[in-house]
Amino acid sequence: MTSHVTSEPDATGHFGPYGGRFVPEVLMAPLEELEQAYKAASADPAFQAELTDLLTHYAGRPTPLYYARRLSETLGGAKIYIKREDLLHTGAHKINNCLGQALLARRMGKKRIIAETGAGQHGVATASACALFGLECVVYMGEEDMRRQRLNVFRMRLMGATVVGVANGSRTLKDAISEAMRDWVTNVHTTHYLLGSALGAHPYPLMVRDFHRVIGDETRAEILKREGRLPDSIFACVGGGSNAIGMFHAFIGDENVKLIGIEAGGRSLKLGEHAARFEGGAPGVLHGAKSYLLQDADGQAALTHSVSAGLDYVLIGPEHAWLHDRGRAEYTSCSDAEALAAAKKLARTEGIIPALESAHAVHETIRRAPAEPGKLFVVNLSGRGDKDTDIYRENFPELDAADPNPKAV
Amino acid sequence: MQPTRIQKLFESVRKENRSALIAYVTAGDPSPERTPEIVAALERGGVDLIELGVPFSDPIADGPVIQRAAARALKAGTTVPKVLDMARAIRKTSEMPILLFTYLNPVLRYGFDKLARDAKAAGIDGCLLTDVSVEEAEPYVAAMRAAELDTVFLAAPTSTERRLNLVAQYSTGFVYLVSRTGVTGEQVALSDSLAPLIDKMRAATKLPLAAGFGISTPDQAGAVAKMADGVVVGSAIVRQIEKDPSGLESLARSLAERMKK
Repeated sequence: MTSHVTSEPDATGHFGPYGGRFVPEVLMAPLEELEQAYKAASADPAFQAELTDLLTHYAGRPTPLYYARRLSETLGGAKIYIKREDLLHTGAHKINNCLGQALLARRMGKKRIIAETGAGQHGVATASACALFGLECVVYMGEEDMRRQRLNVFRMRLMGATVVGVANGSRTLKDAISEAMRDWVTNVHTTHYLLGSALGAHPYPLMVRDFHRVIGDETRAEILKREGRLPDSIFACVGGGSNAIGMFHAFIGDENVKLIGIEAGGRSLKLGEHAARFEGGAPGVLHGAKSYLLQDADGQAALTHSVSAGLDYVLIGPEHAWLHDRGRAEYTSCSDAEALAAAKKLARTEGIIPALESAHAVHETIRRAPAEPGKLFVVNLSGRGDKDTDIYRENFPELDAADPNPKAV
Repeated sequence: MQPTRIQKLFESVRKENRSALIAYVTAGDPSPERTPEIVAALERGGVDLIELGVPFSDPIADGPVIQRAAARALKAGTTVPKVLDMARAIRKTSEMPILLFTYLNPVLRYGFDKLARDAKAAGIDGCLLTDVSVEEAEPYVAAMRAAELDTVFLAAPTSTERRLNLVAQYSTGFVYLVSRTGVTGEQVALSDSLAPLIDKMRAATKLPLAAGFGISTPDQAGAVAKMADGVVVGSAIVRQIEKDPSGLESLARSLAERMKK
């Protein structure tokens, strides 16, 4: 059944009561300029052709939609397909948006790119796109994230990016975005802010989503070809929400397709110990947009925690807030421990090591599958787990012993 | 509507052929108890208007000095109700105009109507929200108008003519000109984007124009006083509070002496 549910922002970038453009006046005219440039680029067949060519030959699209037979059979319920965004160049879906925005920056004559990164996947994809186009690249990253995603810091630097550590606040993604915005306020004439999630002031949530729509478009076409029907449930993890919105978008009008976003449940659902904005958050404004925000009684942004640096953020993308309020998508959370267990399960049944972010979506898929035989599930595997090797090692010490013959585990 | 203290101030400095000296302080830095005496010292030194900053966890328009002040103030337990208490305490002994200066979220959380009512009752004269664009301002401006509080908006060197007109239309009391593209903080030299911005804004409005961001030394303040109707000094004052609040009165005096046209 196809309905008339749509999810487009109004002319000023509002998704229902969310989104908008809440930034200092210095950035308002540059955002208007960006919006115009993006509109013109979207309508330009030459721009689209160049982007498609890069996505195909540089990034590796289309990505496989893989039938996870062993996982499905082990669980004995729903038939599970995995959208392999982890197989993209640089290791996650982030490259879709980075190539699009880097092309746009070049078109706008901006020679300097800044970005924020949490897990480092967006930073790595940005560094890669900048190297490809010969653009200067500065990536802001919380010092806590630099510590736990050290491998990605090195990868960015190897590709010529400057990684600037941010020591403010929780020293994670929120603080990296604040610092990137301060840079942008100062250098807006020469610099494009390559924001990596479906967050921020208009047109970012719209633009980032559009660059990731290819995930859902490919999934829809492929599942129809393979199964002759649409999936019953689609799962994606939600930090800012870019991989989820890119996956969900092709299915928003198909009301029988359940869209399930998974937030980071962290250590517990006590404020400060998680990043589940729909469980404990309230509408607020941060980093340019209105959406669900984890905050204290006085309107100060709360601290967050997740084992996954990419989901460790206080505000959810505004389009997700709108989908949530209208009941078109449902959102749930997955704890650190559940995500780690899901990662191990996927590694052992399918030989795929997921990023910790994606492992949150895998957990919910695994949790629901046994009770839904005959149903068709798709989980978006937004990134691969190489970057999380150190965290997996810390959490599975039994596999990491110096003993050359560890006991069976 | 009666003229507000802010409007009366600009009327009187115009007659005195000088600029108004405006000082920014982060309320609650170093502690909520200290703020009223800090403001009093600034007033004794010749400050005409105080911008009372409500600290926010993520001050994206601020440089390191004011970021540190916000962190100290939050650590000391500063909240919106406590800032209102500070305003009441200042009002006991002073008629100096007070402009509440902050980011949207703490105000959104408190509630526009409630804040407008409570701020008015506490003796506050107006409000400036750094991250509220004129496009998003409607409900906030309506609440402030109903309580007869001024709404000051920012104009920037990047603002187009269309935007400058909108900023003028939504502002009352004065318009705050951001002297350069950047965050708050002291600069070696005054930005050359200020003079053209003042000219463009004069063409758009008869409201008084105050300039801030990057103005810290008496020489810089003196140069801006020749062009604008108000001069805002923020980071230099906040740095003095960080270093030694006993020097505030003389710092203010060195700036106030340069307000002549």
